[in-house]
Amino acid sequence: MSALPARRKIVVVGGGMVAHRFVESLVTRLDDAGADAPDVHVTVLAEEPRAPYDRVQLTSYFDGRDPAALSLGDAGLWDRPDVTLRRSERVVEVDRGARTVRTATGAGRPGRTYPYDDLVLATGSSAFVPPVEGKDLPGCFVYRTLDDVAALRQYVETLHARPVRGRPARGAVIGGGLLGLEAAGALRALGVETHVVEFAPRLMPLQVDEGGGEALRRIVEGLGVTVHTSTATKRLLPARRGSRVGAVTRMDFAEDAGGLDVDVVVFAAGVRPRDELARACGLDVGARGGVVVDSSCRTADPQVWAIGEVACIQGRTLGLVAPGYAMAEVATDRILGGAGSFPGADLSTKLKLLGVDVASFGDAMGTTDGALSVVLADPVCGVYAKLVLSDDARTLLGGILVGDASAYASLRPMLGRELHGDPMSWLVPDSGAGHQAERGTVALPDDASVCSCNNVSARAVRDAVRHDRCTDLAAVKACTRAGTSCGSCLPLVKALVTTELEAAGVEVSKALCEHFDLSRAQLFDVVRVTGITSFSELVERHGRGRGCDICKPVVASVLASVHHGHVLEGERAALQDTNDHVLANIQKDGTYSVVPRIPGGEVTPDGLIAIGAVAKEFGLYTKITGGQRIDLFGARIEQLPAVWSRLVDAGFESGHAYGKSLRTVKSCVGSTWCRYGVQDAVGLAVALELRYRGLRSPHKLKLGVSGCARECAEARGKDVGIIATENGWNLYVGGNGGFTPRHARLLAEDLDTATLVRTIDRFLMYYVRTADRLQRTAPWLDDVEGGLEHVRAVVLEDSLGIAADLDAAMDAHVDGYVDEWRATLEDPEKLRRFAAFVNAPGTADPDLAYVPERGQRRPATPAEREAGPGDPVHDPHGNTAVTPVRHDGSAPQPLPGRRAHEPDDAVLIAGPRLEVVSR
Amino acid sequence: MTAAATTWTPVCRYVDLEPERGVAALVDGAQVALFRLHDGTLAAVDHRDPFSGANVLARGLVGTRGDAATVASPMYKQVFDLRTGVCLDDPSVAVRVHAVRVDDAGTVLVAVAG
Repeated sequence: MSALPARRKIVVVGGGMVAHRFVESLVTRLDDAGADAPDVHVTVLAEEPRAPYDRVQLTSYFDGRDPAALSLGDAGLWDRPDVTLRRSERVVEVDRGARTVRTATGAGRPGRTYPYDDLVLATGSSAFVPPVEGKDLPGCFVYRTLDDVAALRQYVETLHARPVRGRPARGAVIGGGLLGLEAAGALRALGVETHVVEFAPRLMPLQVDEGGGEALRRIVEGLGVTVHTSTATKRLLPARRGSRVGAVTRMDFAEDAGGLDVDVVVFAAGVRPRDELARACGLDVGARGGVVVDSSCRTADPQVWAIGEVACIQGRTLGLVAPGYAMAEVATDRILGGAGSFPGADLSTKLKLLGVDVASFGDAMGTTDGALSVVLADPVCGVYAKLVLSDDARTLLGGILVGDASAYASLRPMLGRELHGDPMSWLVPDSGAGHQAERGTVALPDDASVCSCNNVSARAVRDAVRHDRCTDLAAVKACTRAGTSCGSCLPLVKALVTTELEAAGVEVSKALCEHFDLSRAQLFDVVRVTGITSFSELVERHGRGRGCDICKPVVASVLASVHHGHVLEGERAALQDTNDHVLANIQKDGTYSVVPRIPGGEVTPDGLIAIGAVAKEFGLYTKITGGQRIDLFGARIEQLPAVWSRLVDAGFESGHAYGKSLRTVKSCVGSTWCRYGVQDAVGLAVALELRYRGLRSPHKLKLGVSGCARECAEARGKDVGIIATENGWNLYVGGNGGFTPRHARLLAEDLDTATLVRTIDRFLMYYVRTADRLQRTAPWLDDVEGGLEHVRAVVLEDSLGIAADLDAAMDAHVDGYVDEWRATLEDPEKLRRFAAFVNAPGTADPDLAYVPERGQRRPATPAEREAGPGDPVHDPHGNTAVTPVRHDGSAPQPLPGRRAHEPDDAVLIAGPRLEVVSR
Repeated sequence: MTAAATTWTPVCRYVDLEPERGVAALVDGAQVALFRLHDGTLAAVDHRDPFSGANVLARGLVGTRGDAATVASPMYKQVFDLRTGVCLDDPSVAVRVHAVRVDDAGTVLVAVAG
């Protein structure tokens, strides 16, 4: 036997969120231990064919349709050498004597046996389906996994494709609790007429009281969902004829309470712990199921642990993710030799169901002896709030919030503590989350838990600022993990961080650069209020020095937004980065690319021919862009006016590919040609592109318009995305591709075209005015106080009273638009800037060198320059050209389609320097 | 070195230069970036950006860092001191500084550094 300690094998059964947290917690501790870390390997056996995902956000899969958006944490976790994830591996047997688990045979693969030193059961729950007649009919679903959701979606799509009896598809959710309302949200998002059937007398009977349930019902019914409470389902009946014979078509209620014709049924009546493995291997289970564990999450077998929904801890199972995470941390700690123990279940929860905020925390039902309740109910605003207080009305015991749960972040940490001042003042709905959170922070004790998902205390957040030198919210999130799961505590964390930074005397700097202490948004206000029109005046009065490559383009953009006019007018020209200065995009060899505007991606054959002719005449490398237009590469600075002149003559204008400004409005072909389209996507895209062309903004702006829900224009990957509906347009904002891809979020639904355009006007103008330098719309929406809700209020309800101002600003932009290329061509002063050399304006940069590739030309690499001349190739456009030398040193052949060796042509002689001589 | 005669090449008129912007000039086969600064003085450095190898420095943004007059390369944004040629973001890299003067007729003359 080897003297070396063997590698310790941990096997986790189950691949859900709690399993994920267990592995994450384990490897974090191993990494922290560095060289002292024990030699541990963890294997996760997941029944689903995918890595753990965020089941809590399952409903959002109906919006995003992208399973990847539900992924948890760092995907690199599963690539670590000390972690193995086995997908589609269902464990069928635990042999505690041999310390092995055996997996099922499946998909052409034999079952496998995995030995363990420690076994962690994290099998979670399965959906509970009540024993109702007809529960297994086609059209009946549960709502638990991504595959459940995908199957439900697919079924509903077949319903839409072949409507029953000419009415819209109708669905019923059995269960009006948390899961039921989530499922109802999913059905509604799928365009199904939705009914919720709940046995109890109110919705969410476990989380809210009668008043809360009543408020919830009013709000939910306001959304078009029909609620049946105190109703039991007796049976489900199949269709006897028609296209869906055998599938569910009718539900009968018990006690002759009538029934409902339905096309789809979702069971969401609760969950049951998946404790069958534990039962089979002789471990104790609780009276209502669940593997019995002690407060260290250990079963009676010291090598077997259970965490999450499958565990019966302190006599009960817990169906929330936060206690599951807490168990994962405890089990990790114990397995690595620690003494952690489960702190007790915090059943506080804040959810957004069907877009409705619901929070419940502490002793929500007021069952404590002598408990007092303070209730604030406003049926008009659709808000219900209740605080449960101790018998002296001072200590907070619990509460319920329906409709507006913004007070949750500041109230929950106060559980069991004395509320200072009038308790009602904690509930005033319109004081805003930030304000309440700020007030809360003053009183928040160090040991109060701020983030219950990740169990982060106020002290941890404060320490991150005090000792770990975090200076902003992002750094504190990375350092403490506060607010990285559900995010509901972020306003509170932000307030804590700000308070702490201020206390530490750390200036929360928004300074643009060394020349201005102001942020871009502040500079915008200064320019707007003072009417300053030049950089010199601005830097003299509000800054220092003579600027730099950071502040000058920002000021140029602000001046362009406020005062309009040509971006190269007067002193403003000197502020522009080279791209804006020459209205083209610089490339790696110092030449430029040129992109004419092709609104909505619509181009005539003659337009295409004209672009092709220009490319051919100037020898430009041609490529289709991602924004449905054409990029022409390799134009030298002195060639740009001639290139534009040809393009302008053919009816084109600048596409602003160089500017922090509107780039393109991408569209699908829409209802004009597409058999699925419901609106004219191209027509709208063209109109929007022409409206916002030339608009200067903090960063580039991209728009997209899709003619139906199939979303072929990928509009939700744009800053502003528009998707056609039967009734108008849905408007999404804050999407982007690039380094950190983001999906746009819904701002408004079913807008008519005029309202849509006005709403986009205001959204864009508000962004232009208030965003930071180089901040795209997605991070701006994250940053702006109040987030998307605030922006929605500003643009749709004029909550700041600035809508008329924003409208006027956009109208002025539209009226003031001129094509920058044409304006430059018409102005000899501006044209002088396009000289290659001040003393030799038409001379090409002699250092440029190209090689042919796939029928076009590209810049020579340094190695190709070094290699010097191959077989000379003439370049009719005045650029020096070389051909690459082959590896074997033989003379390369000119590529087909190149004109070479024609008499009278100049040829290349390339020595240490490349030059063109006459033949 | 002291004996070497300086060769001055006329390149343009002073009034052709825009404040706080550069132009490129071909002087004795060398590519020179020539700038007119805010205070009216001139500066000349290599046009070639040593980081990208492209001839583009004359198209950079002119500004200041502390008291130093600077140009930022339009390619990867490194900032160069226009009086010393030293890259302020990476002092191990520098471009050559060329002599520049204006004669009585208002002509700008450049002498390329040896």
